[in-house]
Amino acid sequence: MIYSLLILSPSVSGHGSRLGAEFARSAIARGHSIRRVFFLDAATTASSCNSIFAQDELNPAQAWEALHEEHAVELVICISSALKYGMLDDTEADRHGRPCASVNPAFTVSGLGQLVDACANSDRLMTFGG
Amino acid sequence: MPGAEKRSVLVVMRHSPYGSSLAKAAVDVALAAGAFDQPVDLLFTGDGVLQLFPDQDSHSLGKKNMGRQLASLPMYDIDRVYVDAEAASRYNLDTATSPVEAKLLDPREMRQLMVGYDHLLGL
Repeated sequence: MIYSLLILSPSVSGHGSRLGAEFARSAIARGHSIRRVFFLDAATTASSCNSIFAQDELNPAQAWEALHEEHAVELVICISSALKYGMLDDTEADRHGRPCASVNPAFTVSGLGQLVDACANSDRLMTFGG
Repeated sequence: MPGAEKRSVLVVMRHSPYGSSLAKAAVDVALAAGAFDQPVDLLFTGDGVLQLFPDQDSHSLGKKNMGRQLASLPMYDIDRVYVDAEAASRYNLDTATSPVEAKLLDPREMRQLMVGYDHLLGL
């Protein structure tokens, strides 16, 4: 089955980001595919390359990065949310005259059309958080 | 969106208009689906029915007027809008005054509605 995930809660609060990453890993292990993970609103902060967690705490961003590296899971953050939360890739940092990018390169900054496309081309859309 | 299939989506609006940024995000999702010609309907439930009050003045909050955004939904061919009748009654909402035409549903009708879609997007 083809799944897409919509993540709404930030990685530092609630369980949406952690559960979403665990769901994606389990689904892949059972032979399903993940078409796309779309991060909306506060969930876009999961893409920060500047978050620092205590050594004995889980950083959900690492779980997402691992899914991207090991299984080529597409991680997309909503551009309008991302800008508000200060999540900028090189292009957006440049465009808005900010000193540096803040988005982990495992994540892509794109528009809501990517969520609509995920809905149209997935058997199931799972929402986490919100 | 070339090559995309069509799957029906019900966006479930659960947040008050200015208390959570997810309220506006949900409207943006619906408008994006409409812009890409995907079938999308809306259901306002719980605190989400507060989005349907008339004469919203968000100016002093420094935020966009949600009512005005909702009024633009029919331009995107989003014209099936439903409201949780219990929540509307709790907040004393008269849907006749809402910025967009909306049909009241009781809990049984809401359940029937939800099973008819390929995807539910609860924001």
